[in-house]
Amino acid sequence: MYGSLAAITLEDFLVRTISYLSSIPADSETLAFTAFISAAFIHATLLLGLFGGLPVFYIWLERKVAGRIQDRLGPTRVGGSFGWLQTIADGIKLIQKEDLIPKDADALIFRMSPYLATIASFAAFMVLPIADGWVAVAAECGAFLILALMSLEVLGIILAGYSSGSKWALFGAMREAAQMVSYEIPMAICALIPLLIAGSLNFQVIGRMQSGSFLNWFIFHDPFTFLAFFCYFTVATASVKRAPFDLAEAESELVAGFHTEYSGFRWSIFFLAEYSSMFAVSAVAALLFLGGWHDGLMIDGIFGSFRGAGTGVIDGFSIGTYVANLFGAAVLITKACLLVFVQIWVRWTLPRLRIDQVMTTCLKYLVPISCFLFLMAVLWPLVLASTMSRPVMFGSPLGEKSASASVVAPVVVSSNRTGAAR
Amino acid sequence: MIEQMLFWVFAILTCGGAIAVVATQNVVRMAFWLVVSLGSVAALFFLLHADFLGAAQLLIYVGGTVVLLVFGVMLTASGPYTQIQTSPAEGLLGAGVGGLLLFVLVSSIGSVDWVEVSSRLPLEPSAPFVSDVRLESRAEESLVNTRSAEEKQGLIARQQGGRTVRQLGMGFLGLRPDRNLKEGGARGLAPGYFLPFEIVSIHLLVVLIGAAYLARAKRRVNAG
Repeated sequence: MYGSLAAITLEDFLVRTISYLSSIPADSETLAFTAFISAAFIHATLLLGLFGGLPVFYIWLERKVAGRIQDRLGPTRVGGSFGWLQTIADGIKLIQKEDLIPKDADALIFRMSPYLATIASFAAFMVLPIADGWVAVAAECGAFLILALMSLEVLGIILAGYSSGSKWALFGAMREAAQMVSYEIPMAICALIPLLIAGSLNFQVIGRMQSGSFLNWFIFHDPFTFLAFFCYFTVATASVKRAPFDLAEAESELVAGFHTEYSGFRWSIFFLAEYSSMFAVSAVAALLFLGGWHDGLMIDGIFGSFRGAGTGVIDGFSIGTYVANLFGAAVLITKACLLVFVQIWVRWTLPRLRIDQVMTTCLKYLVPISCFLFLMAVLWPLVLASTMSRPVMFGSPLGEKSASASVVAPVVVSSNRTGAAR
Repeated sequence: MIEQMLFWVFAILTCGGAIAVVATQNVVRMAFWLVVSLGSVAALFFLLHADFLGAAQLLIYVGGTVVLLVFGVMLTASGPYTQIQTSPAEGLLGAGVGGLLLFVLVSSIGSVDWVEVSSRLPLEPSAPFVSDVRLESRAEESLVNTRSAEEKQGLIARQQGGRTVRQLGMGFLGLRPDRNLKEGGARGLAPGYFLPFEIVSIHLLVVLIGAAYLARAKRRVNAG
């Protein structure tokens, strides 16, 4: 666990603050243990806040955008004239509902599968960096890990559909399984393209390589990464089963698909998982292609100049770095929210595909397209090197393989893993 | 202490899940318990700071269970909640094979001199590795100042904390910066795993194309 306070971990920060304020020596066992427990608790609370808070906003946004697209107003009453509190009211209503389990259902699996989907969705948040160094688990293979964790949510959906003992739910589950088999391959290949350019699976390295002007973003690295972004975003939409790929819950055909038999709290955490996953895939898209926590307009250069300032009171903690990271977090969340808005917009303006059309889109078109893009992204630096005698078209070469290593400062990666990951 | 506690939790989940897979007869419940068991194994890998291995475990085994589940349901379902009955002979055979495997594992674990193996582990991470994981200056200072070898080992392990991707990749290509080439012998030079990996992947590709060809040929007959 690598914490909320730049430069040092939250655990170290707590140890040093407490030993500074009181007379306890910094290397005391009890102090280390207390700091460890409270750091884990703070991390978990922050992540749960993000995990629960963002869907509340997105569900409101979904209703509002849907209303506007259909020439309605959307929610207007609850909580002022914009209906801010509509989602909270919905949540309270849902929690009050009876927790039904159908007679034909496999009760154990039926009860457990919403949790499986939610845990998988939440686990993705643990390795998602919100700013430079603000990540709960700083795994070196973060990009690989987050793709692995996000692919597990489907398991909960399929088990839910199968165990419901209803033909609609079973159809939904089988469609979801077929859809998953088709979108996973292009998604992995498209995510591989920026990873190949960065030469790392570490989100911190990937984010830092895209600093500076927006021309450094991987989406503008070469024409193939530009196309790969749209390819990734399409399959990412399919992976969170949003329209036009929402076959698992096609309400005009399958009543409600995999969650037909669910009600109340279990139903609502399925949607918590879905809307959180929308944020997760959008944040991954922003990190891999859209510059991560860098705004691209050099505004973060101003905040970046604060980095390292304001140290002194607590050893290793810098207020300037904290402010710079706060700005970075705001930039990343804004980017992810814009991408989520696009997903909502697409949902209310595009008709749903048939299952065979989904399979055709993903397997027959997107797999060859992503393979081609991957191949060309590999060849592109070689082509440029042989024609223009330089590995990139504009600017300075990226990454550790470049000769001018001074352009990209050596990435200082803290490798402390403490906190709740243990 | 917490690591110990988590180890016991996940070890019990791994073993309990595995027993539940064998004990249940419902295919879908088996898949669920398999997910519990394999997911706990991934958690054990994370506890050992083998992040890449843990992620691969999640992606390949836990994620692969979905496909297993779908095929289990599609190929065996004749009604809701397919049951698989095992005859006593099958149970006996399975127990025999499992017991033999357990015997092999226990005897091979027992035959390793663990003290000698742990002394062979490199104390200092090799140069390319250090330049990759540029340790924090503070931590590095404390590393220099620390006297005893065990403390150094512990510090290095803590700082490396799951950063195994580069080493794995280099080992895959046959570059082992953690080994001393001057030592010579069988352990000095490693051929890497690139060629076997390529052979296996080409083999899988052939199998895929073959399966696609078989499925396609049948459809063509129907159409004609």
